[in-house]
Amino acid sequence: MINLTIDKQQVSVEEGTSVLDAARQIGIDIPTLCYLKDLNAPAACRVCIVQVEGRPTFDASCVLPVQDGMVVYTNTPEVLAARKQILELFLSDHPFECLTCERNLNCELQRLAKRYGIRDLHVEGERNHFLIDDLSPSVVREPDKCIRCRRCISVCENYITAFIYRMVERSFQSIVGPAYNGSLMESPCIYCGQCITVCPTSALREKDSTARVWEALADPDLHVVVQTAPSIRSTISEEFGLPVGTPVEGQMVAALHRLGFDRVFDDCFAADICVMEEATEFMERLKNGGPFPQFTSCCPSWVLFCEKFYPQLVDNLSEVKSPQQIFGALTKTYYAQQAGIDPSKIFVVSIMPCVSKKYELLRPEMRSSGFQDIDAELSTREFVQMLFQAGLDIKKLPEEKFDSPLGFASGAGVIFGSTGGVLEATLRTVYEWASGTPLKRLEFQEVRSQEYKEAVIHAGSHELKVAVARGTGAARRLIDRMLEGKKEYHFVEVMACPGGCVGGGGQPIYTETNDWNEQISHRVKRSRGLLELDRQREFRKSHENPMILNLYEQYLGKPGSPRAQELFHSGHLSRKLYAEEALLVHD
Amino acid sequence: MNNLMDNLEDQVAKIKSEERHILLCGGVPCLSLRCHEVKEAIYAELNEHGLEGKLKVLEAGCIGNCKLGPSLIVYPEGVVYRRLKPENAREIIEEHVLGGRLLEHLLHKDHDSEEIQHRREDMPFYKKQKRLVLRNCGVIPPDINSYMSSQGYAALAKAVSELTPEMVIEEVTRSGLRGRGGGGFPTGRKWQAAREVQAAQKYVICNGDEGDPGAFMDRSIMEGDPHSVLEGLILAGYAVGAKQGFIYVRAEYPLAVQRLETAISEAREAHFLGDNILEQEFSFDLEIRVGAGAFVCGEETALISSVEGTRGDPNPRPPFPVQKGVWGHPTSINNVETLANIALIILNGSDWFAQIGTEKSKGTKVFALAGNVRHTGLVEVPMGTTLREVIFDIGGGIPDNYEFKAAQTGGPSGGALTADHLDLPLDYDSLRAVGSMIGSGGLIIMDENTCMVDVARYFSDFNRQESCGKCTPCRVGSKRMLEILEKITLGQGEEKDLERLESLAVLMKNASLCGLGRSAPNPVLSTLKHFRQEFLAHINDKCCPAGVCPELSRHFIKEEQCKSCGICAKYCPAEAIIKDEKTFRIDPSKCNDCARCAQECPFDAIMAGKKEKEIARV
Amino acid sequence: MEKTRIEVKENYQELDSVLEKYKGRGGVLIKALQEAQEIYGYLPREILIHVAYELDVPLSEVYSVVSFYSLFKTKVSGKCHLEICSGTACYVKGMKDLLEYLDENLSLKPGGVSEDGKFSVSTANCVGACSAAPVIKIGDELYGEMTLKSLQKLLEEHGHE
Ligand SMILES: Cc1cc2nc3c(=O)[nH]c(=O)nc-3n(C[C@H](O)[C@H](O)[C@H](O)COP(=O)(O)O)c2cc1C
Ligand code: SF4
Ligand code: SF4
Ligand code: SF4
Ligand code: SF4
Ligand code: SF4
Ligand code: SF4
Ligand code: SF4
Ligand code: SF4
Ligand code: FES
Ligand code: FES
Ligand code: FES
Repeated sequence: MINLTIDKQQVSVEEGTSVLDAARQIGIDIPTLCYLKDLNAPAACRVCIVQVEGRPTFDASCVLPVQDGMVVYTNTPEVLAARKQILELFLSDHPFECLTCERNLNCELQRLAKRYGIRDLHVEGERNHFLIDDLSPSVVREPDKCIRCRRCISVCENYITAFIYRMVERSFQSIVGPAYNGSLMESPCIYCGQCITVCPTSALREKDSTARVWEALADPDLHVVVQTAPSIRSTISEEFGLPVGTPVEGQMVAALHRLGFDRVFDDCFAADICVMEEATEFMERLKNGGPFPQFTSCCPSWVLFCEKFYPQLVDNLSEVKSPQQIFGALTKTYYAQQAGIDPSKIFVVSIMPCVSKKYELLRPEMRSSGFQDIDAELSTREFVQMLFQAGLDIKKLPEEKFDSPLGFASGAGVIFGSTGGVLEATLRTVYEWASGTPLKRLEFQEVRSQEYKEAVIHAGSHELKVAVARGTGAARRLIDRMLEGKKEYHFVEVMACPGGCVGGGGQPIYTETNDWNEQISHRVKRSRGLLELDRQREFRKSHENPMILNLYEQYLGKPGSPRAQELFHSGHLSRKLYAEEALLVHD
Repeated sequence: MNNLMDNLEDQVAKIKSEERHILLCGGVPCLSLRCHEVKEAIYAELNEHGLEGKLKVLEAGCIGNCKLGPSLIVYPEGVVYRRLKPENAREIIEEHVLGGRLLEHLLHKDHDSEEIQHRREDMPFYKKQKRLVLRNCGVIPPDINSYMSSQGYAALAKAVSELTPEMVIEEVTRSGLRGRGGGGFPTGRKWQAAREVQAAQKYVICNGDEGDPGAFMDRSIMEGDPHSVLEGLILAGYAVGAKQGFIYVRAEYPLAVQRLETAISEAREAHFLGDNILEQEFSFDLEIRVGAGAFVCGEETALISSVEGTRGDPNPRPPFPVQKGVWGHPTSINNVETLANIALIILNGSDWFAQIGTEKSKGTKVFALAGNVRHTGLVEVPMGTTLREVIFDIGGGIPDNYEFKAAQTGGPSGGALTADHLDLPLDYDSLRAVGSMIGSGGLIIMDENTCMVDVARYFSDFNRQESCGKCTPCRVGSKRMLEILEKITLGQGEEKDLERLESLAVLMKNASLCGLGRSAPNPVLSTLKHFRQEFLAHINDKCCPAGVCPELSRHFIKEEQCKSCGICAKYCPAEAIIKDEKTFRIDPSKCNDCARCAQECPFDAIMAGKKEKEIARV
Repeated sequence: MEKTRIEVKENYQELDSVLEKYKGRGGVLIKALQEAQEIYGYLPREILIHVAYELDVPLSEVYSVVSFYSLFKTKVSGKCHLEICSGTACYVKGMKDLLEYLDENLSLKPGGVSEDGKFSVSTANCVGACSAAPVIKIGDELYGEMTLKSLQKLLEEHGHE
């Protein structure tokens, strides 16, 4: 243990602790901006400076290891003045747009400006003006609001491993961005939006779709249908002050009815179809001896990652579309027919934890109904924004039920939103089909993992090696070991985001901690509600969901039938990493 | 005199007496004055006179007094011919080499005494110097044989066969040698720290980035005496226990890269590099890394990033490079000149070294003397020599009868010294005490035509451009600082700006991540301190006293062009033009810069803006 | 002297043999880029993409490095590229006058290329010949103690009418 003095108080901490953490242990909260423990520690922003006795200059406490006998001051007038000055320097190169900014009241820079009582800037001067990159369907970059904290660099490099961002140029005009400070569209970005969730400001945000949805809702000619992704029902609650992960399914449905949607359906229903189709595809592969592993394909970022970084493996991706797209295709065909509505008059909105789905719905193969299957996607954050605008408080709403016919899901469909959920949901079906016996133990604890985990499952005569990779970085490591011949699998689930969709790029941004692992566990906590909902379900396996069985009987035929193929399957492309020509041209 | 110096002089004497030969300066300043054309002319003459192969022509690095360049020395007399043109080659060969007659018009004449100075030894420029690090520069060619015949690699041989690494460190520690790269950190202590870390892999690096714009001594050493750098680095490797070294050279120095490459392969061949050096346990090899244009890469942690092949991003210390350096391995980084001292210390002992210099700054220091001074070039003096001796005794003072105004030491991280500091001993602590630093040894002399606000603006601009952009105080602070200074030079300054500058400077010093940002305010702070009046003149009187800032420069009459016709005085609405004995003069306190006089003068004798500078005159 | 520039388009042979040396090795990006610039005289987008693929380094990293170091050029320069040393010694000795001259006579500003494509100019950090300040660099050649007159002569030698 190391003993030191911080602001005249004795502290005893483990070796290797930072001064910042040591101070926190005695209740002194040193501010930070760039630091995200265990992910990003460039010591760049300098707002966490402290004075250490005997050292000639201030030190960044986020990276300064404690030493025996160290005497630290965190709040001297000089330190406070310097922090204020640093914040003023930040603001002197920052647009004053808080009132019209997406991160208003949830911005770490703004919060510090408030905390330090910044009232005017003592120096002002030229500001950087960069082009806004809104060419991608998912992520908008507004570099003018970037504070060069490098968190996006770190998350994209270490967790996602797409390596999109770097510092570009140097000195005052240096900026964090893709190559050439160009557009994300020119880069191998997979639109997972993880960079958005760690960005302390509004320099990164999703492409806004709320206006389009309000418009559709107000259009008397349109029949507006909404589907909600599994995870939403337990992640909007935190935005209304409820404990993290509180399931509010019924209230959410009520809110959607009040917003004016004509039908409120459940994306989990589509997830059940997804399971049926993927399980069928898997059984086929078992029969034909491969290709293995079969990779899940319900995460569009993961699909894009595979297409770009491992084009040689695209045939391993399951051909089944994501639940969002299955739902869209079904709504504009089956549902349109059932309800007797012209599919061109149906406007399908999906509410997803995701910004990648905004990109997915535009993929050319996502038009099996003859129309663009999904018209607009709202992230959780955008949905909550609409609820605020409409004055709808989840806490005050009654519980209502999803509408028929696409609203009744099994527990398997619900756990899609949590890491390992897709694999587990599929296995619940595969096991029974492969072994012919009912599955006794429903929860595969082995695959509910933090990074990536694997399990061997004996289903009848089959010994199935399965794995779950949490994050594309984990997938990369898993695949590399596979390609080296060190590992083989039959079935692998990959979700791009930490914790799966509960940690998606469109989920509420949690700025209460500067510890990456704590952020992840916060996200994982959101899935508690989903697991609970699963347990409460009458039906927990997709192939036992009577509504699903009914749909196949009535409309689709068997899983994997030609009609199912036409609507729910698609191929994958191998893609180039970089656009040859620049799309966003700086002068 | 100690034995090395005796030997050295013997050595020089030997080369000199060997036979008649010519030593050509091939240093870069001379190259920039087309000395290679002179060289080619000499060879052509030799050819013509059938002397090819008979008369030895040696090409050395910078001889030192670059202001005489292109120059050559004819031995055995040691006669220096200066300011040569290719056309001079014929007379040198015919008259001197063949005819034995001196060519007086090509000899250097002392500007004061008008006395002709034949030989280097006669010139005050050399007399007051103590050339230890530069012992070989401009004396012998940069090849390994010449180096070895002047005791080269003797220190290495001694160390690996007689001294343990600890003893080498002990010797260097006791010598009191401090880093010449700017920080002045005791070299022995750095080595000790690197030695103590337990690690399978360690590195030593020679920092040849020489980023200070206005300094070229490291360049001259690497080009003129590359083996002395190699020997120092190999000894460093031996001392700290490293098997691999890097020499990081800035890309602007292609000749240095080339000379070092040659030197490395020579040393490898001679078995001073590679496995089991000199048949001992010790193995060591070297690689050159060429920079790509970034001042910050001279900073240790940035240099490490650059050696690793990425942006030169500095990183927080601790961990220090000696704990975690290149690819996480302990790394000891030393400056070129520091390393060029090592062999001398090992050979002659720490006591010998410690007797040179001052109490806390041992040995000599090489300065790159440039700017408004008569004899620009490389100057090596014992630490503690005064500024006056360097500028006036060695450098010959300020040309064209202008007044000395300031000397910048430490480049963009240092500060200005004024006439009040002329008797200040040049050593680490004295300079630091007056807000400057010895830095790497750039010494830029400025005369009265230099505007100190503009100089502060210049360094500020340099530091802004070179800021890596990583940390806020430096990235934004350096920009804001520059903007304030620009405002002042444009005549839009207010007194409050000085406070703003000072407070920004304090922030940058205290809160920046690396040495660049921490020292960037130094030039501003020191000019503010010593030349506050000049700032106030810009701010309050809207006048640039040195006549440099165009917006604040007053109209003046060029004496030599004025025909005293008096026309201007008639037109001046402010009656600011007065007759002074013979010529006319503009009274700056009355003139409002309307420019009328300049339009009317039939002889174009009235100028606005800066006073004539050297350039405009030629 | 200036290299005769190789047409970039798909002309990767020489570059590939350079990159071959560096494949799979760490810490070589700067070296590889330096050699690539030697070949083409500058580093256009397609070359950077090629380097990124061949060395398996993200393009973002490649560009980050290129944009950090001042010696990497992403744009073509004039046939004769003048680097005006802007180091302290040269500054004190009037390099600004040289820049002014170029601006007035060829409408050339640092970073610019003359209309006929003959000349381009940039400032350089100290080129290490400070005692001969002010210094101009063209290719590998240095020209010291420059005056407006000798600059004019130099321009004429390089084809300025
Ligand atoms: C911005 C900056 C630039 C530097 N540039 C150089 C340089 O060009 N050459 C050098 O030897 N040291 C330079 N240094 C100092 C080095 O970081 C380091 O202290 C030195 O190389 C150590 O060697 P020494 O102990 O032998 O002096 C620089 C430091 C800073 C902060
Ligand atoms: S990013 Fe933050 S500080 Fe900047 S405008 Fe938006 S809310 Fe305000
Ligand atoms: S916070 Fe201040 S500036 Fe913003 S809306 Fe309220 S009063 Fe206006
Ligand atoms: S969206 Fe994902 S892949 Fe794209 S830049 Fe952000 S973190 Fe990287
Ligand atoms: S874009 Fe956001 S996360 Fe990335 S460096 Fe800028 S402020 Fe930080
Ligand atoms: S894990 Fe979920 S939220 Fe994240 S990109 Fe994939 S589908 Fe979207
Ligand atoms: S002080 Fe300047 S050069 Fe150093 S890390 Fe900060 S921004 Fe970069
Ligand atoms: S008009 Fe010109 S020449 Fe005549 S006095 Fe005035 S400055 Fe001299
Ligand atoms: S500039 Fe105008 S005011 Fe000044 S001396 Fe000339 S004529 Fe007189
Ligand atoms: S420097 Fe410590 S939080 Fe940014
Ligand atoms: S370069 Fe020739 S004397 Fe300095
Ligand atoms: S300052 Fe120009 S060569 Fe050094």
